[in-house]
Amino acid sequence: MKQVNQRAWFFLIPALAVMAVNAFIPFMTVINYSFIDKFPGLPSLWLGLENYRNVWQDDLFTGALARQFIFSFVILVIQVPLGILVALGMPKKGIGATTSLITIGLPLLIPWQVVGIIWRVFVRDDLGLVPVIFDQFNYNYDASLKPFDAWATVVVMDVWHWTPLIALLCYSGLNAIPDAYFQAARIDGASRWKTFWVVTLPRLRSVLTIGILLRFMDSFRIYIEPFVVTGGGPGNATSFLSDVVVTEAIAFNFGPAAAMSLVYFYIILIISYVFFQVLTNVGSDSTPVQEA
Amino acid sequence: MRRFITFLGMTLYYIFLALPLLWMLSMSFKTTDEILSIRSFIPQTFTLQNYQAIFTDDFWRSAFVNSLVYVFINTIITLIVSLPAAYAFSRYKFRGDHHLFFWLLTNRMAPGAIFVLPFVQLYGREGLGLFDTHWAVALAHTLFSIPLAVWILEGFMSGIPKAIDETAYVDGYSFPGFFFKIFMPLIAPGIGVAAFFSFMFSWVEVIMASSLTRTDARPLAVALTASLGAEGWDWGLIAAVGVLTLIPGAVLIYFVRNNLAKGFALGRV
Repeated sequence: MKQVNQRAWFFLIPALAVMAVNAFIPFMTVINYSFIDKFPGLPSLWLGLENYRNVWQDDLFTGALARQFIFSFVILVIQVPLGILVALGMPKKGIGATTSLITIGLPLLIPWQVVGIIWRVFVRDDLGLVPVIFDQFNYNYDASLKPFDAWATVVVMDVWHWTPLIALLCYSGLNAIPDAYFQAARIDGASRWKTFWVVTLPRLRSVLTIGILLRFMDSFRIYIEPFVVTGGGPGNATSFLSDVVVTEAIAFNFGPAAAMSLVYFYIILIISYVFFQVLTNVGSDSTPVQEA
Repeated sequence: MRRFITFLGMTLYYIFLALPLLWMLSMSFKTTDEILSIRSFIPQTFTLQNYQAIFTDDFWRSAFVNSLVYVFINTIITLIVSLPAAYAFSRYKFRGDHHLFFWLLTNRMAPGAIFVLPFVQLYGREGLGLFDTHWAVALAHTLFSIPLAVWILEGFMSGIPKAIDETAYVDGYSFPGFFFKIFMPLIAPGIGVAAFFSFMFSWVEVIMASSLTRTDARPLAVALTASLGAEGWDWGLIAAVGVLTLIPGAVLIYFVRNNLAKGFALGRV
């Protein structure tokens, strides 16, 4: 049993000190900006909640918010099942395990801007491989003109980039399940499908919790990759929330940009909290295989 | 039959992963003229000039070193402050522990693109005076890496029975002696995984790194943007830089592969 002990704070001092400087001060600055009309070189003007009211009347923001929700939803629906499948299919030992770990981990370790560049040169009309392949099937692929192609490109790029995270987490989660569990299921005559739902998936809950949370928050904050690949176009088709907020900030509209980013932040926070609660509680009292 | 489907599915997945990377690799061995005129996987006139241009240019070499230096500092700081914090969360109950744990994670949710502005002020001359140093980027990146490292390490530590702590005290170990000699070796895989993630998220981050540096600590990704001259994109060179950015990651993952495989299954059985 954990003991109640306020000595714990002593261990937390270093981490909290760093986080206080890094997290608390910038956060307070942004809150401060969100209530004022700030422009470099001019005295600031107190606006109260006006910046916040404007956020909801800004079509660029609400449009990007809608696209952002669709994007994150599509991403999770594809990446989570695919990641689990890949983890189940990866070899468990030997040289095969090493090579597949490195291959699968590689996309995660590429600077995000370079990820964008890789996909840009892969799909570009004048130097990419993808348009040539689609030509064979008589489809005129063009991510710079067709909104659907641009969307598909950004989604496929993100699947390429981030499914490995779910796969790696699940792979290690799978390796941590004692063989006895599977033997017990076999003795009970459970089908593969049943074994997966009753034995495997519940044991993956903790890794999937962090995987889904990370994927949700990072896909909701996506910025640099679509910016490099499609530039948010054609039109506004692939312009996501960060893109809108950055545009506002670059134009020195710090007040509106700050209000937007706080609204943005709280949306991520609330949804993550719901995910966190649901994922840590769902099925936690119905583990059918008892510990020996 | 089932094995065949698994094999087929995995092969298709590996091809999907490898294809964009191989295309970039092939581009890096071509001249820019060839890239723009002929599209084939095998370079017609194989050339190393792109790599040669990078290795002989101080601009690129220093950018590589800069990136590696701040990523390294970030990983060290993260581990030093996260280990005790994770120990506190895994061993003690205290007022507000659950809220604090979740609050740590909320710092990963702040849209980076925006919080850049106050960060530049904070690290600038009127603030900490660290602008355009490796320390600025390393410290800024702890905003993302500490929460994740604490979360991962807490999972591993919770998997170590509390009885181990007590036995060590009975055997006469002081707390630091216990922590460094007994506890840390037990959670070594967890430290490996936490280091992996700190390295990874610092190595790939671009926005903060580019806003907090100008020339002295300029990271690789920013050098890439700065290299775009008036004559347009030198695709061969860009592809070669892209290929080189893969190497540190590949080396790292080779070293931590066993830890990754054995489990950052948090809160394991």
